[in-house]
Amino acid sequence: MWSRRGHGWRIAALTTIGTAIVLPLVVFVLGPNMPPGKGTPVATSQVTDNTVLLVVMTPFTVFILVYLGYALTAFRAKPGEEGLDGAPLRGHFRSQVAWLASTTAAVLFLAIFGTTELLADNGAGGGAGPNPVTKPGGAPLPVQVIGQQWEFTYRYPTYGGVETATLVLPVGRKIAFHVTSLDAIHSFWAYELGVKADANPGVDNIAYVETKKISTFHVRCAELCGLWHGYMSDTGHVVSDADFASWIAARKRQFAPVMKYLPKYSSSYNPDPTFRAG
Amino acid sequence: MRRRRLVEFNLLTGVVLGIVGFYVGWWLGHLVKAPSLDYFDDTGQNDIALFVAYFTGVVGFLVGLGFANYPVQRMLGKPPSLREKETEGIGRYFGLCTDHKVVGIQYLIGIGAFIFIGGLNAMLIRFELLRPTHLAWNGNNYLTLVGLHGTMMMGMMTSGILGPFANYFVPLMIGARRMAFPRIEALTFWLLMAAGTILMTALAFGGFPTGWTGYAPLSVQANMGMDAYIAFFALVGLSMTLLGLNMLATVITMRAPGLAWGRLPIFVWGTVSTSVLMLLAAPVLISTLFMLALDRTAQTGFFNDQAGGSPYLYENLFWIFGHPEVYILALPGMGIVLELLPVFSRKPLWGYRLAVTGLLGITLLSFLVWQHHLFVSGINADLRPFYMLSTELISLPTGFIFVCALGTLWAGRIRLTVPMLFALAWVFNFLIGGLSGVFLSDVPSDVTTHGSFFSMAHFHYTIMGGLVFAFFGAVYYWLPKMTGFELDERLGKLHFWVMFLAFNSTFGPLLVIGFLGMPRRVVTYAGYLQGANEWVSVSAFVLGASMLVFVANLVWSQVFARVPAGANPWGSKSIEFQLPSPVPVHDFDRIPTFGPDPYPYGGIEEAGFDGTRPAVSPARPTP
Repeated sequence: MWSRRGHGWRIAALTTIGTAIVLPLVVFVLGPNMPPGKGTPVATSQVTDNTVLLVVMTPFTVFILVYLGYALTAFRAKPGEEGLDGAPLRGHFRSQVAWLASTTAAVLFLAIFGTTELLADNGAGGGAGPNPVTKPGGAPLPVQVIGQQWEFTYRYPTYGGVETATLVLPVGRKIAFHVTSLDAIHSFWAYELGVKADANPGVDNIAYVETKKISTFHVRCAELCGLWHGYMSDTGHVVSDADFASWIAARKRQFAPVMKYLPKYSSSYNPDPTFRAG
Repeated sequence: MRRRRLVEFNLLTGVVLGIVGFYVGWWLGHLVKAPSLDYFDDTGQNDIALFVAYFTGVVGFLVGLGFANYPVQRMLGKPPSLREKETEGIGRYFGLCTDHKVVGIQYLIGIGAFIFIGGLNAMLIRFELLRPTHLAWNGNNYLTLVGLHGTMMMGMMTSGILGPFANYFVPLMIGARRMAFPRIEALTFWLLMAAGTILMTALAFGGFPTGWTGYAPLSVQANMGMDAYIAFFALVGLSMTLLGLNMLATVITMRAPGLAWGRLPIFVWGTVSTSVLMLLAAPVLISTLFMLALDRTAQTGFFNDQAGGSPYLYENLFWIFGHPEVYILALPGMGIVLELLPVFSRKPLWGYRLAVTGLLGITLLSFLVWQHHLFVSGINADLRPFYMLSTELISLPTGFIFVCALGTLWAGRIRLTVPMLFALAWVFNFLIGGLSGVFLSDVPSDVTTHGSFFSMAHFHYTIMGGLVFAFFGAVYYWLPKMTGFELDERLGKLHFWVMFLAFNSTFGPLLVIGFLGMPRRVVTYAGYLQGANEWVSVSAFVLGASMLVFVANLVWSQVFARVPAGANPWGSKSIEFQLPSPVPVHDFDRIPTFGPDPYPYGGIEEAGFDGTRPAVSPARPTP
């Protein structure tokens, strides 16, 4: 009954076989389909990151599931054995050390890998506060995202501070989103770009991304901001340089008469409740 | 025998005085006038009046229950006593009772009722999400449902295992006849009942839009229903602090002679580590909510950036409480599972010291990770690698719990009883919960998953899949001991399988839906997610129906069938199963002595239960 060596070998073999089957599926089938897609370099490296996480998890998951399945089959009390005890084992030093070593190695690897990815990708598309630790080279196009209950508006400081209700970006450019809010906390989530940054009142939260192909993407608010939070979404566009130039020129002409009512461009705004536009 | 009195102090007087107190406070609050304070006479919004009314209402409720009697009598020079414990009969369940077993059963029923309400809210949420556009609730009602569901569950389930089971069984397991502070023990329960009632009154004041996190500035600008949230969570925090303090005092000072720390059952260790978290984290919540209440009434500017405050302050303070809070929800489940696995594997707990290290390691690390909730908020961006590391380090002690659970199964004689099924389901669910947590701990991955249905599904896997499954395991394991009557096994297995399959069928797809880009707490969503959401909603309704199976089982077996359970239906060697069912009022006639091993299973390969050595040799209580 207690020849336990055989059990151990069988579990090890099943785990190895299971991992050998699941791992290629994870790398080649599941991995490329992980979110948020390969719309931008940042999003692409997030897909890679998600795939690496899955790969690290796979052996542990397969082991635990194999072990559970095996234990519930092999160590079930057989009919007539209900009153009997199992083996009086209180621990096994070597397997405890092996478990500790393997989980520690996995955790340290994940932390180091995540940190590398975070720094290499200039914040990996996440909001990095007003002074990001790493910045992309060149001069990224600044686009201010202003969250308010319940819509996002966008200001282009290099184009006279014009403010629009739709987000249009030129292709092949590095973009610096400057995210801020006028009231509650919102979160600017451009799913296909791989960007998410909270919009806090009084804070200039910067997230970097580089557009890669002409496309549309979804923008949602990802932080509960009140009554119409569920409706706070729109669609953004990545367009060619020429289209962007003509679009922004048209917006400048369109909004020229109302520009005097806008506050001067600033990294954040203090809305004056007594000020009424128009 | 007690003297009959003109007015008994019980739940009825408590409710009457509570309502009277509420209206007195409401009237008093309207007397406060100051030019610097905002009043909204045209809308009837007066937050000061509502806060005062909640305060006086709770005080009236507690006085009506009789919590003032003993302090008053002591001040009048009467000798100390535990008279409340002496009462007999069904009446003691409807008032202040200092018997830890009565409080345990009160907790089970009281918390169960509120959790049932929280579950109904979830059903209503899932009904709305059957369609990507508006279906049944408007934006405000939908957010109120979301907030009520989240707040009720997070508030009530903090005491979901410690309330009923630790109050009932920890004194027995450490060989004490009572808790260290029996009146405080009763107070923690009645505070929770007052809190739950207050949260329901949010419906009468327009609901609240913030979900369970109550982020400022949204919570500062919200309508009066927000005050119900604040009062609820502050009372829950108070109840948690007192419960943790009481548990720690009991386990530290009242262990029977010879019961060293290394001889405690692992459930007691789960209780101790949870209590440490409660004692240290819940006061932060109370202070935070006090600041929020001041922002809403006295126009202080703690969380208002234009007045020199910061919304980051609220986020930080909330999660300094909030992350230990989620481990307050996880640790008792681990304690239960590690307690059940030895009984139904017929083996000692594998790696006892490793398990204790795991519980304490989680307790320590849970205070060092809170900013992983703020990875994309823009605060302390240069500290993100640290919080990523500390968050991922928590998987080490959590891994200890897993390896101890798995090791206990090794070469056992496993019996798949209903409690065992729930314990094994915990292993599976918590595995998925933990693995999905890795995505949230990794910053590049968190950029997509933060604030999405993925994170919602993740914490439902850890809290519902972890805590609630462990809770039901504990109910099936210990309820026969608490009432003396068996629960029906076939209905129990039906309940388990429907719940387990429906749970995974609900929250598994939600992980995917989150990955595909659906944010949390939205009333509308993208059309291409409709099919998946319909699947999830139907699964959620089945999950809800499984709770009805449980209720049917409870009513059938405890009210109608009433099959006596006997002293030890599971062949457990834990001390409570060496006592009669239900446990007599005085627990033990003599304080028992404890052997060196809380799990003396093993080595009995021929004899049945009757031939096994008991873990302890308690003196037989007289009938």
